[in-house]
Amino acid sequence: MSWGLEGPVSTHVPVLRIGDVLLVTLQGELHDKAAEQLQQDIGEAVAGSSAGAVVIDVSGVEIVDSFLGRVFAEIAANAKLLAAATVVAGMRPAVAITLVELGLTLPGLRTALDVQEALRMLAPPSSPLSPGQGRQENA
Amino acid sequence: MTETSGRVAACLPIRSDTDLAWVRQHVRQAAAEVGFGLVEQTKLITAASELARNTLVHGGGGQVESVFLDRGHARGLRLTFTDEGPGIPDVERALTDGYTSGAGLGLGLGGARRLVHEFSIDTSPGHGTSVTVVCWVGVPPRPREEAR
Amino acid sequence: MTDQSTANRGTSTRIISDFLQRRREQIAQRWADEALFRTVFTVSRDEAAEAAGSLVEALASVALSGRIEDLRAPGFTGVREQLTRMAGSRARGGAAPSQIADEVAALRPSITDLLITDLAGSDGEASGPHVITLTVLMGTLRLFVMETALSAGEEIIDRQRVQLLEVATPVIKLWSGIVAVPLIGTLDSARSQVVMESLLEAIVDQQAKFAILDITGVPTVDSLVAQHLMKTVAAARLMGAECIVSGIRPAIAQTIVHLGIDLGSVITRASLADALAYALHQEGAVIVDRATGAGGPR
Repeated sequence: MSWGLEGPVSTHVPVLRIGDVLLVTLQGELHDKAAEQLQQDIGEAVAGSSAGAVVIDVSGVEIVDSFLGRVFAEIAANAKLLAAATVVAGMRPAVAITLVELGLTLPGLRTALDVQEALRMLAPPSSPLSPGQGRQENA
Repeated sequence: MTETSGRVAACLPIRSDTDLAWVRQHVRQAAAEVGFGLVEQTKLITAASELARNTLVHGGGGQVESVFLDRGHARGLRLTFTDEGPGIPDVERALTDGYTSGAGLGLGLGGARRLVHEFSIDTSPGHGTSVTVVCWVGVPPRPREEAR
Repeated sequence: MTDQSTANRGTSTRIISDFLQRRREQIAQRWADEALFRTVFTVSRDEAAEAAGSLVEALASVALSGRIEDLRAPGFTGVREQLTRMAGSRARGGAAPSQIADEVAALRPSITDLLITDLAGSDGEASGPHVITLTVLMGTLRLFVMETALSAGEEIIDRQRVQLLEVATPVIKLWSGIVAVPLIGTLDSARSQVVMESLLEAIVDQQAKFAILDITGVPTVDSLVAQHLMKTVAAARLMGAECIVSGIRPAIAQTIVHLGIDLGSVITRASLADALAYALHQEGAVIVDRATGAGGPR
């Protein structure tokens, strides 16, 4: 069995635009420098596109240490200054447990179970995507 | 900490950002080989990431040695991070969380300690730093109540 | 010990070692019928005899080294694994360590008889001292087996503890997107770790947005228990799920306030039912009375 670094090692993580939302999908390893680059890229993207929100998809991330945790917190703080919301979506149980044990509960950060849920959270109240609309529970 | 000798798995340099990723990769591989469960693996790799970064950023670079441990019915992994840096003057303070002080130093030692089963640190100003952590698999942690 | 008696002891252990090697097969055959081997090797007597033979060889080796009182004698290394398996097998069969030790003691009479017979044949050797040497050796063996039986038992207890923890924390789906964990008993760090892992897995499986931690069955809540609860709440939050702690009895509420425990922004409710009502309300669900059409949130 040969072992290489997990996932692509890119310094620029792609930032996609979905309507009013910027979507960032993280995969595998993220070097410290790449994380800092990402922080910059998102800041510029939010300012440049006057997006209303940033969704960071971490469902493919296996390790979040204190450095990355703080990067997330800073991305959210930066976005807030530009009147944009940030949601971290899809955190894995093992990662959540480890972050809490590290002492990083990231209290100001909004979170969602997955990207779909994050988009629902961010949708305006009248849109068909918002929670509590059009779902009949048959007992 | 019990002195247990074992098979050396690897000795990796910690000299750059990229090395941190290699350390994480190696620990993941070694942890899987020892047989850790997913949560334990995640904790151990994260602790290694913290300590390796410390070695790089505060210690000016160094190395990590990983050793497979075998105690009969318990298997484990021991990681020793060493640097020839300035050393840590007040270890007790470094072990208490620095995260509460905002963007403060937060050496990450306290956090890393909570992620592993055994933790020891050998340091003094001017004499570098050596941090050793051990995780065991197959033995659930004895009710060891952590004091904050 | 005087030089003379040391020399005598040395000679004695060599004689015993010699005896054990010569009579290996006979001893093995006798031991194969003894309780210790019979109950372990239930299928094949040949296997029992073979195992017994290995044990005799090991004892011969220990005797040869002269360290008949030393549990750590290298001679035992060869049979350590075999004896551990046998002790483990007996322990799983329900035998207490003392019982296993007695079964080892029961091996002595047959081998002593054989030794006396053997020595009577040789020219004028007084059998007394050698019987004592053999007795000491068998005593050490007994201690050794007892030690392995105890650590085999510890292993079983450790494994059972983990199994018990997993069984005792079921996560229940109360509604679409709402799960609950009824916590019963003391919440120590090991237990809360299992609870946290089970709950978070369930949140993923059920795509739950709400997780109710019911502590009705938790006898005392001190700052450590509160800490464990807070960790679980924080971890669930990082995953996008909100936790509600229910089952706060008046006495518990008093203790929490008295101890100055800060539960932060954790939502709490007196009962599981209240917590469920809250979660349903948050989900935007409304419970309507089919007959009257009246309904409304709580």
